[in-house]
Amino acid sequence: MKWGVVTFPGSNDDRDTAHVLRSVLGHETVALWHKSADLQGVDCVVLPGGFSYGDYLRCGAIARFSPIMGAVARHAAGGGLVLGICNGFQVLCEAGLLPGALVRNRDLRFVCRDVTLRVESISNPFTNLAFAGDVWRIPVKHGEGCYVADPATLDEMEREARILVRYCRPDGSRARDESADRSDYNPNGSARDVAGVMNAGRNVFGLMPHPEHAADPAILGAEGGRRRADGMRIFQSIAHWVDQRREQASAGSMR
Amino acid sequence: MIARVVIMPKRGVLDPQGKAICSSLHAMGYDEVDDVRMGKFLELRFVDGAAGEERVARVKSMCERLLANGVIEDFRFELVDDGSPGDGPRGPAR
Repeated sequence: MKWGVVTFPGSNDDRDTAHVLRSVLGHETVALWHKSADLQGVDCVVLPGGFSYGDYLRCGAIARFSPIMGAVARHAAGGGLVLGICNGFQVLCEAGLLPGALVRNRDLRFVCRDVTLRVESISNPFTNLAFAGDVWRIPVKHGEGCYVADPATLDEMEREARILVRYCRPDGSRARDESADRSDYNPNGSARDVAGVMNAGRNVFGLMPHPEHAADPAILGAEGGRRRADGMRIFQSIAHWVDQRREQASAGSMR
Repeated sequence: MIARVVIMPKRGVLDPQGKAICSSLHAMGYDEVDDVRMGKFLELRFVDGAAGEERVARVKSMCERLLANGVIEDFRFELVDDGSPGDGPRGPAR
């Protein structure tokens, strides 16, 4: 399994992400520069968090035109896996690789804290090692994380199980009524509590929370040592998926 | 020749900044204000004074591809002869 982590000018979680993939997960991980259009044969491209191009105009709007994004779009069109975290999610939406958009948080504040997420769907490359209904604790840190999409798009994603994670209360529950005050658990006002969505091709996933910040036991252990590395499940799921596909392919070629 | 581009959040898209500004105006006693929506205003200056259909089409394409995000924003623009070098005698502004 080979990972690539993109660095745009203004990315700031690229090294944290590479650290988790390389040193915690133990996988080959290469740095991908925004000016290069060469993905170096990676299985999964990660677009990290940060403030690409200073978030000028709109978050992710400028980054989507960088040379690496042409290569990422071709990788995705060929079925390759793409994971966008925070600013990476914004870039994927701007690039049209994911539906919807991310706008200013409901309360106009930058939110930096742990949130609880409910895993909604597991039949996909990104959460296949979780159980549906699992509640994860993973941090968010963003000012523009309010997910919006038209109701028809949201309905379609729900039908196709493409909303992979939603904000929820620590017990996994959510408000039944969309118009209710959900500020106790939804950090940004996202429609239908969406925290992360997958494309129709089921190979591109973007989420606002930061799995790479809930993955290294050396850091998580500082809080009483009882915290699980919930973010790791996403990276492990991707690796599991790639390994399975590879085994299937080699079994097929031996027949 | 310049283009004046106005980009506004679509109706129905949450505009918390507009809401906050509206509340401030109410707190100051400007009760006649019913709603505030906040967008962006851009001025694009061109290398010449051409104002034909092609220029209109190209500004539209700039808006659609980069300046506005059609999922959340609407845009409108006008071409204005602002007397900068290359601009001809004043014609009808679009």
